[in-house]
Amino acid sequence: MDVHEYQAKEILARYGIPVPRGGLAYSPEQASYRCTELGGDAWVVKAQVHSGGRGEAGGVKVCRSDREVHDVANGLFGTRLVTRQAPGGKPVYRVYVEEASDIARELYLALVLDRASEKILVVASSEGGMEIEELAERDPDAVIRSVVEPAVGLTSFQAREIAFALGLEAGQIAQAAKLFQSAYRAFRDLDATMLEINPLVVTGEGELVAVDAKMSFDDNALFRHPEITELRDRSQEDPRERHASDRGLAYVGLDGDIGCMINGAGLAMATMDMIKLAGGEPANFLDIGGGASPERVLKAFRAVLNDKAVRVMLINIFAGINRCDWVAEGVVAAFGQIDVTIPVVVRLAGTNVEEGKRILRESGLPIITADNLAEAAQEAVTAARAAVPA
Amino acid sequence: MAILLTEHTPVLVQGITGRIGRFHAQEMIEYGTNVVGGVTPGRGGSSELDRPVFNTVKDAVRATGAEASIVFVPPPFAADAIMEAADAGIRYCVCITDGIPTQDMLRVKRYMWRYRAADRMVLTGPNCAGTISPGKAMLGIMPGHIYTPGRVGIIGRSGTLGYEAASQLSALGIGVSTSVGIGGDPINGSSFRDHLARFEDDEDTDAVIMIGEIGGPQEADGAAFFQQRMSKPVVAYIAGISAPKGRKMGHAGAIVSGVGESAQEKVEILRAAGVRVAPDPSSMGATIVAVLGERGLIPAAADAS
Repeated sequence: MDVHEYQAKEILARYGIPVPRGGLAYSPEQASYRCTELGGDAWVVKAQVHSGGRGEAGGVKVCRSDREVHDVANGLFGTRLVTRQAPGGKPVYRVYVEEASDIARELYLALVLDRASEKILVVASSEGGMEIEELAERDPDAVIRSVVEPAVGLTSFQAREIAFALGLEAGQIAQAAKLFQSAYRAFRDLDATMLEINPLVVTGEGELVAVDAKMSFDDNALFRHPEITELRDRSQEDPRERHASDRGLAYVGLDGDIGCMINGAGLAMATMDMIKLAGGEPANFLDIGGGASPERVLKAFRAVLNDKAVRVMLINIFAGINRCDWVAEGVVAAFGQIDVTIPVVVRLAGTNVEEGKRILRESGLPIITADNLAEAAQEAVTAARAAVPA
Repeated sequence: MAILLTEHTPVLVQGITGRIGRFHAQEMIEYGTNVVGGVTPGRGGSSELDRPVFNTVKDAVRATGAEASIVFVPPPFAADAIMEAADAGIRYCVCITDGIPTQDMLRVKRYMWRYRAADRMVLTGPNCAGTISPGKAMLGIMPGHIYTPGRVGIIGRSGTLGYEAASQLSALGIGVSTSVGIGGDPINGSSFRDHLARFEDDEDTDAVIMIGEIGGPQEADGAAFFQQRMSKPVVAYIAGISAPKGRKMGHAGAIVSGVGESAQEKVEILRAAGVRVAPDPSSMGATIVAVLGERGLIPAAADAS
């Protein structure tokens, strides 16, 4: 789960990490009022969306008057900010107004889960403000890496090593080391999967400040962090995905026209690949999971058809714990309850497959059946082509 | 022989009194698995499916001599159940539970280091369908009837895609020595490399299919092991060619977040290492048949396909 910059900064501040003073605004009036509250003569207005690359997309602007803050905020509210990471755009409903920082140096700090070492990895660089992937490609040696031993945590010596490698001055080492250890504690305590401070700024006075921050959290650990769960902003989610996740379905929206309903994540990906290889484009990833009751099949039908770009639906079930006859009953029931106007291709395999096929056959519904994966994908692609209006 | 599991392996079911644990314990018993008992804290002294239930894994191991266990414990408590099994002397543990916090698994992996390599429990999963040695025993939730006994090993991250592979093999008259699910989470108990090594040493396995997907370094690690250490042929399929970067595709671990983690990159790494990669998921079976044929390993009965 992702959170907004201002939320990540509130969390970091709670762990003792210095962040610029700022305030949230839901309207241009609130934004300009925040200037008065904060004082000073320069402010940064930042669109709060779940995406990186906001600066180059025009979502972060420095302003010199409350009038300017008002106008910039006014220009952001109600728009969709299109970034490199979010080509479809993310809606702007909140902006954050912050005191402008006096920037002497920009550093980079991130904590990530490293799947190779199976530990938490601290990544740092003296070149802040840019994308770490770019830097890693251009100059791998400029990226500082430190693996954290889970039983001990980020040690003081490791934190100092990172601080020295960043070229910080003697007087800043202790502050930096403490900041890195605080960041690690926040990551560990809250079951984060990613924490990025970019840039981590050294001010003209030599203080370290987290000027931008990004955090993501482990969905599987939210049960023990209700305070994090509360930070979910549903406006930032794809409406198709929101609809599905509200119904307990694992769904990822894509750009194609062949809607997919499959059991198991691996088989779902494989089926999408098969569609692509057959010359089609999947509209979504959807794993209906183990116990596919008729109710669940009906929910999945609705989630897939909720995407108006879908011209054909492909159902591929390999029943283990599932039973093909239940799935077939679910499909038949869905036809009874929803007005299904597009072709539906069904491939069933595994437990009770013959019974499942019989139910579909005897339903008299216009269902295209397939006996294997390749045939199912081919049928779906053919039907999608036929459904394209001339 | 098969790897990890035979019909003789004495098995405990952790969470046997739960709805899901009981259902699958029954299925495993019907398949022929030597289920000797179960563990549910607070239910010790009772019985389930005519097997004794114990309060702790240590009690169960002492009383039954169990060597393997399967974990059906809910996510908040599953990591603890795995460590309990490791500490009680269980040799092989399958964790079925989906949804264990990643940091809990980091702690489990760290915890295992307290045991010498020779005493360390082998863990597969979490978030997997389990392991089956067809015709012998099943330690998982798969439909046992789709597997034919034979001489091809399967290692996969996905349950249903593993079923797809097994049914393609069965349709071609090819059987399986053991199928191991390593699970779809970012942190697995064991990896492709670990089980490739086991299959390489197993007299009853001629070739291996590894079924990978986007995310993580494990497929590349398996490819390196194949290149350096294996004499037996390996066929691979990697799911997720159509998956966008940075999106989690159902499995917590199926996300492209760095270099080398996309399906395309993994396919290139595997090919460069000499692994035969199935061009699409419907030809996993045909690809293994081709490889077995080249090595003269196909029994006459299967040649007709």
